[in-house]
Amino acid sequence: MSSLKFKLIEGTRSAAHSIFAHGFRSFLTTLGIIIGVASVIAVVSVVQGFSVNISQQFDVMGTNVINVESYTPRKERLQGGRAKLTYDDYLDLKFKVSGISNVTPTVRMWGSNAVITYKGQSSSSMIVGTASTYQKLNAVYPERGRFFNLSDDKSRRRVAVLGLSIIPKLNIKGDPIGQHVSVSGEWFKVIGIAEKRGKLFGFDQDDFILLPFSTTRALLGGAEQPDIQVSLQVDDPLQLEQIKQQIRNLLRSNHKLSKGSDDDFEIATADQMLDTFEAIVGSTTLVLGGIVGISLLVGGIGIMNIMLVSVTERTREIGIQKALGATRFDILLQFLIEAVFLCLLGGLIGLILGFAAGSLISSLTGLPAATVPGWAVVLSFCFSAGIGLVFGIVPAAKAANLDPIDALRYE
Amino acid sequence: MAKQTIIELRDIAKHYMMGGEGFYALSGIDLDIYLNDYIAIVGSSGSGKSTLMNLLGCLDYPTAGEYKLKGTDVATLDEASLAGIRNREIGFIFQNFNLLPRATALQNVMQPLIYRGMALTERKQRAQDALAMVGLQDRMNHVPNQLSGGQRQRVAIARALVTEPAILLADEPTGNLDSATTVEIMALFDQLHRDGQTLIVVTHEQEIADRCHRVITLKDGHLISDQLNQVVGHSSPLGVSAHV
Repeated sequence: MSSLKFKLIEGTRSAAHSIFAHGFRSFLTTLGIIIGVASVIAVVSVVQGFSVNISQQFDVMGTNVINVESYTPRKERLQGGRAKLTYDDYLDLKFKVSGISNVTPTVRMWGSNAVITYKGQSSSSMIVGTASTYQKLNAVYPERGRFFNLSDDKSRRRVAVLGLSIIPKLNIKGDPIGQHVSVSGEWFKVIGIAEKRGKLFGFDQDDFILLPFSTTRALLGGAEQPDIQVSLQVDDPLQLEQIKQQIRNLLRSNHKLSKGSDDDFEIATADQMLDTFEAIVGSTTLVLGGIVGISLLVGGIGIMNIMLVSVTERTREIGIQKALGATRFDILLQFLIEAVFLCLLGGLIGLILGFAAGSLISSLTGLPAATVPGWAVVLSFCFSAGIGLVFGIVPAAKAANLDPIDALRYE
Repeated sequence: MAKQTIIELRDIAKHYMMGGEGFYALSGIDLDIYLNDYIAIVGSSGSGKSTLMNLLGCLDYPTAGEYKLKGTDVATLDEASLAGIRNREIGFIFQNFNLLPRATALQNVMQPLIYRGMALTERKQRAQDALAMVGLQDRMNHVPNQLSGGQRQRVAIARALVTEPAILLADEPTGNLDSATTVEIMALFDQLHRDGQTLIVVTHEQEIADRCHRVITLKDGHLISDQLNQVVGHSSPLGVSAHV
């Protein structure tokens, strides 16, 4: 057995002895680390759980889906202008761009008449007019009943697919399928119920009603052209950039945009949205991590402080140990191990508490289940150990450098 | 009879600076200590007893002179080697026992063996043997607070002996003990001496000094006398006639 290994084992034994001999004080000493690590883990677990959930949703969408929607530049908006994708834009996209399929228009009903009623109950759930291909692109499948099809759309049938949350909101009793609900004064027959999607950021993703696109257009009337959002699928993912360019050229010419002026629309792929999202999650984690890092730093200073007190308190013991043959290195190692051990213990407790807190937060706020990624565990342990090392070295050096005669004489 | 020399001090001096003024705590000390010596170092306070004790125990360096411990020139050793010497060759016994307060008797006695790199089971065995030797086999798992003064000093003696040191250095070992316990502890010292141990006792009590076989007197940092004690009942291995 190597002598260093022996010293590490004996040092750990002695550290454990000393830490547990002063249980309550050790706990208070490491409380800063406990709180620091617990907050890191709580925050990271919530954010990561959320992120995993989002990524899964994007995965469902597939990476070859393109979203096109209107975008009003800030300057325009200040002048009261609003960009739009019109029905003609949609038709052009559908028929003039090659290499794409499942071109799906989506229009949302807004305003005071966008109300769903059923037997005196009303709900202001999201009202979306879309085509039958919507289910493929957005992975909204009927749990019961059916989705509307091409013929429903063509003949402007008044049929609807409900999200699960609407049913209790409208207080629909019995099987909703076959019953009628009213949307801005017109009756729609319920033909399907969509699968549950759950909550995101506390936002209910099942609070919607889907209507056929043409029916919705008719319902909106000719008063004003609605702003349409178009989703479509690229057949060959390698053609993605080229197709984006085609769409861009088409819309620019449709909107008569002069050279040099900005696009009044946005073309986003699922990948891009995912990247954006991940960037947001990443920077949020970083900022929160930084704040929490400061709290760990404070915790470390607390540890150093108590360790310094402890060295003074144990001056005589150190003198005895030196008289018995402990080298400077033995003493240094002993106090360093004690500091690291204390921090690791704090890290472990913090980890458990943080995960518990994260899970609690998630379940209370309806966020996705908290997930602690492996890197966060490793990182918080390394960070705790690092804090122990950094803030333990000063007290340990102080202890190691004590003169044995002075230390023995210390009262 | 040839006497085996354990310690040789040649012209040892210890110089201190204090408040800008230098003074010699020890100067011109020449001393030979032989195997199985039973020595008392006496002198009034400030005479340099403690300084000599610290030097002998390798807790401190002399500022001049030569100190050979079993042939090794100690004055030239570095800190780690000196710690090794303290661990292997010196057994300390202090006036205030200096036990580790939170450790049991057994753990206290095992402590020096840790610095020797000895495995736990062997440490335990040797510590138990040492405690049995001082009659504390029933008190091994008590912490110092649960022991009487005499018992604490016995633990300290067991701790000093467990490393099988070349010399046992006792600094006022009975200073904190009542007279009955003092007798007990001194009887234990006599026993150790009979078993062949080399002992050095720093004391200011005449009764203690009288039990030792050789009395070294310090005054103002000088060694003023080094005498063999004739009143003690034990046979002296030093060959008394040679000195007198």
